[in-house]
Amino acid sequence: MSTDVPEKADVEIGDYQYGFHDPTDNYEFKSRKGLDAEIVAQISEMKKEPEWMRQFRLDSLKIFESRPMPDWGGDMSELDFDDIYYYMKAAKEQGRSWDDVPDDIRKTYDRLGIPEAEKKYLAGVKAQYESEVVYGSLQEDLEKQGVIFTDTDSALRDHPELLREYFGKVIPPEDNKFAALNSAVWSGGSFIYVPPGVKIDFPLQAYFRINSQNMGQFERTLIIVDEGAEAHYVEGCTAPTYSSDSLHSAVVEIIVKRGGRFRYTTIQNWSNNVYNLVTKRAMAYGDSLMEWVDGNLGSKLTMKYPAIYLMEPGARGETLSIAFAGNGQHQDAGAKMVHCAPHTSSRIISKSISKDGGRSSYRGLVKVDDGADHCKSNVVCDALILDPDSKSDTYPYIEVEEQDVAIEHEASVSRIAEEQLFYLMSRGLTEEEASAMIVTGFIEPLVKELPMEYAVEMNRLIELQMEGSVG
Amino acid sequence: MSSLLKITDLHVSVADTPILKGVNLEIRQGEIHALMGPNGSGKSTLAYALAGHPNYSVTSGTIEIDGVNITELEADERARLGMFLAFQYPVVIPGVKVADFIRHAISNIRNPDRKEGEGLVGMREFRKEIKSRMEELGMDVEFARRYLNDGFSGGEKKRMEILQMAMLQPKFAILDETDSGLDSDAVRVVSEGLAKLSGPEMGVLIITHHERLLEFNPPQYTHVMLGGRIVETGDASLAHDLHANGYAAIRERHPEAAADNAQAEAAAV
Repeated sequence: MSTDVPEKADVEIGDYQYGFHDPTDNYEFKSRKGLDAEIVAQISEMKKEPEWMRQFRLDSLKIFESRPMPDWGGDMSELDFDDIYYYMKAAKEQGRSWDDVPDDIRKTYDRLGIPEAEKKYLAGVKAQYESEVVYGSLQEDLEKQGVIFTDTDSALRDHPELLREYFGKVIPPEDNKFAALNSAVWSGGSFIYVPPGVKIDFPLQAYFRINSQNMGQFERTLIIVDEGAEAHYVEGCTAPTYSSDSLHSAVVEIIVKRGGRFRYTTIQNWSNNVYNLVTKRAMAYGDSLMEWVDGNLGSKLTMKYPAIYLMEPGARGETLSIAFAGNGQHQDAGAKMVHCAPHTSSRIISKSISKDGGRSSYRGLVKVDDGADHCKSNVVCDALILDPDSKSDTYPYIEVEEQDVAIEHEASVSRIAEEQLFYLMSRGLTEEEASAMIVTGFIEPLVKELPMEYAVEMNRLIELQMEGSVG
Repeated sequence: MSSLLKITDLHVSVADTPILKGVNLEIRQGEIHALMGPNGSGKSTLAYALAGHPNYSVTSGTIEIDGVNITELEADERARLGMFLAFQYPVVIPGVKVADFIRHAISNIRNPDRKEGEGLVGMREFRKEIKSRMEELGMDVEFARRYLNDGFSGGEKKRMEILQMAMLQPKFAILDETDSGLDSDAVRVVSEGLAKLSGPEMGVLIITHHERLLEFNPPQYTHVMLGGRIVETGDASLAHDLHANGYAAIRERHPEAAADNAQAEAAAV
């Protein structure tokens, strides 16, 4: 179902404010461009990894090479795997305090406001710059309760038993070409373990920054929320604006055990030259709740469909997705809900905004396995199109192998109505202010789900996207 | 000196169809004017054209406020010069809270040179002001937190228009059938609200079919529109007469305008 819409709203993309970059000549290590077994082995060696991981990487590379490019989704014809740096290390060591982080890099995070946010409302922070995490912190009392929040490389070193048990189990390298690519060259990412019954009140935050041209960032995140535990993890991402493309291809694996609750919030604001091809999947066990809050504002092409496998009765999954596609952007985003057990429920709410020739696609799957009776699923996707050059598509897939289920799907496409603009303008708002207010209102039902600080951030980003409109 | 809204020989087309065919009207601050007329006579067209709706194009004539020609100005620029339209069908804006919207609007109106991103009217004084205005209009203060006109009843929407008028304090307010579709209690509330607000600082143009609104807000002038022009002007007794006897006599006295009106009505069906 594809929808083209006529007329209205001269709105332009504002300047991307995170497009600056730091010098790269003082980096610790930079792999040569391109990808082969030698590069993969070199990454593993640099990291002094155990043999099983080295082998896992090399096997994954073979899978990556043997798989064709996806023939659906976005246009990847300009993505050249040989023109990418697969590993770059900017700082020698990870800092425990911001003073330990090299000046240039620290200044970057200052400009992004991370240290300030950390002081105010975060339980822990990880800052990844290119391939490695350059800064990490966790509140002391959480550490005492057995919470682990570290980068995945350190976790492999310090908690090998957990990694052996869970790494690559939710998303095996065979899952898709980009999961295989990440499995071959992964570096950094967050590892979180929340012990049974531990509830973390404030969010844990990771911030991903690409700095170099033609960079490939392949973080690998693994999160285990044990029985009855609760946590909220937030990630943000930005990159400089370059004329050539960068690639971000992450894998995020999550396990929420019986009675646990976990929310994963993403505010993706890559510059418009980044391919963002990410595989995210959670397994939710009995009576647990898993939530994805997925905000996609940046990138050239995003293909991302956070998935929740509802593994045992009583598991609930929820995905709230906001996509904003501006000039030259394609947001192909959505969600997957797989009901593997009876008495499980899921909800997908997707809101997309397209303007200045941008394209946003909702792509979602609701699957009910044989035997998973008494499942409930509700899907609502709304698209707002601001001008005739922009586009929105909806690709809902529903696969049900069970009779006794309740599945609802609603979709709507609208554009900013002239009457709405006129009404607001007749009260003294400029056309630009009026458009921004209508867009902010459109996503408000999702934004109000975010913690206050992130809601403010999301609204600010949307306003920035709407800025410079109306000539 | 009181401000003057002056409409001179105004011709307006919608989608290339001429609707207004030479309207002349002067409204001073402090005056109340009633505008009446049968369906298709162009009353709402005049309201939209004055507020600056982009689909209502002025093909000739002028609209001036205190000698400043506003005919080419955007709706928001007119609002900043003191123009206000209470909509016959207020528009729903999902997700936008009433309080946020009104705070933004009054910040622009009260500080017409305000640049985007500059500070809004202070939260504390704003809250105090909107609360007291809502109480005056008998509105639940909770409405400030609701989404603009979203799920409002007809009466609630109209009251919301009057609240906006109260907060924006325009020099000239046009009320486009603010009393239509309301039960008599709601009409009374809206009428009383308007009576409280109008005064020496506001010129009011009331477009109406009903008498109730005019009972509470007796007009100094009553204008009758037919076939896209104002064919007669009188005092409050003219409004009373039209309510009692309808437009037949008017049509008889102005056969050419009546023919135009009949054509416009037929086209609307």
